[in-house]
Amino acid sequence: MSDPISASADSFLGIHGTALVLREQRLQLIAANLANADTPGFKAQDLDFNTALRAATTSGATAVGADPIDAATASAQYARVPTQPSQDGNTVEGERENATFAQASLEYRASLSFIEAHVRSMLTAITGQ
Amino acid sequence: MSNLPIFDVAGSAMTAQSVRLSTVASNLANADSVAGTPDAVYRAKQPVFSAEPVAGDPSLAGVQVTQVTESTAAPLKRYEPGHPLADAQGYVYAPDVDPVAQMVDMISASRSYQANVEVFNTARDLAVATLGMGK
Repeated sequence: MSDPISASADSFLGIHGTALVLREQRLQLIAANLANADTPGFKAQDLDFNTALRAATTSGATAVGADPIDAATASAQYARVPTQPSQDGNTVEGERENATFAQASLEYRASLSFIEAHVRSMLTAITGQ
Repeated sequence: MSNLPIFDVAGSAMTAQSVRLSTVASNLANADSVAGTPDAVYRAKQPVFSAEPVAGDPSLAGVQVTQVTESTAAPLKRYEPGHPLADAQGYVYAPDVDPVAQMVDMISASRSYQANVEVFNTARDLAVATLGMGK
């Protein structure tokens, strides 16, 4: 999906670079759920962020050559269990997906602000003002 | 575009829901379109949605309208001998469109459309915030 972040950028941004990419993956999954709210037989998917982040940051957890983000996403993806199953086999619950999407976008913004703070302090160090 | 697949996903859903809205509009508009023979009667249309991978990623599903089906419900037979389209026995045939069911379908489609617009706007805000990082 995404290019592996280069080693120097990785160490500069710490865990937040990986976290931001994973949070985007989760937003994509929830957007797909909302898009398929009326598709018969569609099973809602979600990403267990903790599992994904652990898998992505543990060195040697993925096969050589494999994208760590892709591997982490695949390992942490799970199908939602609906609270009210519907007749057509669709497991998307609109309100829940909306709430989760709002939460996920807030978490994305949180990760983004951590990165932004890093970038700002580096800019301050470079320009000296 | 594969860089920001959320837009593809939400866009495909908006397209599908607007097809659904169009069929509802068509069904409601033709609810009173009578015909002289049962075969010529308007038949209520309904789109069939299916999940379709976007941006070559099998885990990411957009929506596609695979077909638009036509109702197989028997037309309603009405005795109106004075009607210009009436057949030899004085009957005209009207489509079996249930306006209440169509309105419900319309509300459902417009709510789903709105939900996807919301997703689209949020994704855009996040993308703008990410692009403006460090400014």
